[in-house]
Amino acid sequence: MNSEINQDNSRRDFLKTAAVATLATAACAGIACSCSPKKAAVPQKVKLLSPEGEIVEIDSAYLNYQEHMAIVSKLEAREGIAGKRFVMVVDLARCKNARKCISACQKWHYRPEETEWLTVKLMKDSDKGAPYWFPKQCFHCDNPPCVKVCPVDATFKRQDGLVLIDNDRCIGCKFCMAACPYSTRVFNWDEPKVPEDLRELAANPETNIPARVGTVEKCDFCPDRARDGLLPPCVEACPNGVFYFGDENEDTVTNGDETISFTQLIKDRAGYQFMEELGTKPRVYYLPPKDRQFPVERGYENLPDKIKPRFKEIMESIPGKSGI
Amino acid sequence: MELNRYQQEAFSYQRPFLEKFGSKTVIWSLFFLGWISVGAYALYLQITKGHSITGMRDNVVWGLYIVNFIFFIGLSYAGSIIAGLLHLFKVPWGKPIVRLAQMMTIISVIVGPIFILLCVGRFDRLHHLFIYPRIQSPLTWDVLAILTYFVGSALFLYMALIKDFAVYRDAKLNIPKWKQKLYKFLATGCRGVASQKRHLILSQNLLAIILIPLSIMVSSILSWIFGMTLRPGWHSTIFGPYFVLGALYSGCGALIVIMWVYRVRYKMQQYFTDKHFVYLGYSMMVLAAGYGYFTFSEYFTSWFGSAKWDSEVINKLFSPKEYGWWTLFANAAGILLPIVIVAIPATRKRNWITFAAFVMVMALWVKRYLIIVPTLETPALPMEDTRIAYVKYSATWPEWALTFAGVATFLLFFTLMSRFITVVPVSDLEDPALHPPFPHSRKPIQELTQPA
Repeated sequence: MNSEINQDNSRRDFLKTAAVATLATAACAGIACSCSPKKAAVPQKVKLLSPEGEIVEIDSAYLNYQEHMAIVSKLEAREGIAGKRFVMVVDLARCKNARKCISACQKWHYRPEETEWLTVKLMKDSDKGAPYWFPKQCFHCDNPPCVKVCPVDATFKRQDGLVLIDNDRCIGCKFCMAACPYSTRVFNWDEPKVPEDLRELAANPETNIPARVGTVEKCDFCPDRARDGLLPPCVEACPNGVFYFGDENEDTVTNGDETISFTQLIKDRAGYQFMEELGTKPRVYYLPPKDRQFPVERGYENLPDKIKPRFKEIMESIPGKSGI
Repeated sequence: MELNRYQQEAFSYQRPFLEKFGSKTVIWSLFFLGWISVGAYALYLQITKGHSITGMRDNVVWGLYIVNFIFFIGLSYAGSIIAGLLHLFKVPWGKPIVRLAQMMTIISVIVGPIFILLCVGRFDRLHHLFIYPRIQSPLTWDVLAILTYFVGSALFLYMALIKDFAVYRDAKLNIPKWKQKLYKFLATGCRGVASQKRHLILSQNLLAIILIPLSIMVSSILSWIFGMTLRPGWHSTIFGPYFVLGALYSGCGALIVIMWVYRVRYKMQQYFTDKHFVYLGYSMMVLAAGYGYFTFSEYFTSWFGSAKWDSEVINKLFSPKEYGWWTLFANAAGILLPIVIVAIPATRKRNWITFAAFVMVMALWVKRYLIIVPTLETPALPMEDTRIAYVKYSATWPEWALTFAGVATFLLFFTLMSRFITVVPVSDLEDPALHPPFPHSRKPIQELTQPA
């Protein structure tokens, strides 16, 4: 309880400082702009709440509009979004390997083709079992083996459940990659191709943009979008609503189309965690591929041509199929 | 420093090595430097072009560098355990070989960690290990352990050297002034007075008592970098003792090989006698049996239990299409060969034992490869969608070049060091007439005092 109050206080303190800073900047800008002829062009007043709780009016020209990208300090990025416990549910019955999630993820994070944070595996649990498509991103484990082994605290667990990486601190020892049993992490073996205008951005563990050579990166559940109230691109891009993203504290998850109770969904559809026997306590839950909406072969067509042949054996083993 | 007749003899034999470099040494040193410069070029490429020029990829994130790291660090730990035990138990025949063991310790504890640096993606951020240390990480334990161990073993070597430095200082060697001054400085005013000798013995005893458990600790910590992960083939309780024994075993073999080289190159048959080879051979045989037992337990339990992920690794190791032949080599040459060669009286000879030791050290390097790579090549999830280069590891030439550069550095250090200090400790040698080195030798005095 005590810590909660403290947290609240520190958050309030932070907001206060932030607001004061904003006002101060606005005031300074006001002085600076007072001689500018453009000022008169927008004579619109905006009402703002001051730190003391008073409503003040400010000329809108003095306000500095920020792009959608939430700017957080490194400290904030390490603490996480207060009161949240992010969780994801993946409905295996709906996945047909459309691979839209992958391309959306790559695009949002400016990933080159060869470093995928999100992959879709073809799983086959037993000899007689039928294969199914298995999207896999970082599980943001509650007992993360990767965080345990990091020698420099470059990868860390936040209060909102996310496991993130500070690529400004990572020394590239790759110990976390060896420790992660789910092969989630990727390494920048070369100087990554980052668009010109992003190269100079300050390191932000919530986006990992720009990527840096010799460091580790992985799926981050897009906390920068969560701060703006948006869903991760993989969730939005999926044509079949495979991914449900949400907050465990609110007990709500959504795939963009429907918003449902997390516990109810897990209960009704027998949700499970992948390889939970390792004790990693993943924050991603899977709904078993029962009553599949698509035949598994549909996904085969969407695979990049160069890797298609490697799926041949497993595709031919599908019961009742003569092969591809 | 006053020397007895036997010590005098040992010093005058080694005196020329300190005074003159010799053309052969120059040629060897240049040869090693040549290797090292190829490695330096490879390192330059790796720094400028990125780690993509190595064979390591997202799946197999560690390769030859880590293998070499374990290999050299293993030699180092063995060196100080052997030197410490020989010192503490006052093993009479151990006197001439203690320094070789200590040299091996310090040289490989310098060469080993270089490989960790090669493996790290961001050279330039190594200071993060000290400014943002995270004590939960086995890698932090290892940094602390290796640094402690480096200081300890350097002190141990130095303590054993002080009296010898005094000997070099007093001998009026025909060497440049700076070198004489350096010897004088390093001798720290040692005159061989009884109280000085007592203090030196005391501090060496203390260091030996500290270093032996420390070697066991740091060796275990090294193993825990792997053992603490959830990977099959690594995540095993036997890993700590397994690495300790593996280190000791490979180090024992390396010591035999180094002894043989010095015997041939510097004609030191008077000090590194056949008996030394046989005695170290016995130790090697016992360690081989222990290592074989551990290896068997490790493979047998995971094969018998046959958990899905575990057996994937075991199948890789034993399938002739994958690593089967290497596994066979690692175990036949790395375990059976030394046992057989030392056990049979006909082959229990200096050259045979050295041959077995050399092949065994190679096999143990392969064994380290078999510990690291097949496990990393066996992820929990299917790999069909991963780029083919990421699935299997195959080392590229820069990695090999740097591996050989590491070996060359190891050898170069030995070459240079044996021109700076006497390889056989002078002031600690005892008169074989008064202290027979081998308890049961019938003719110890003739054998030892007359150079063959």
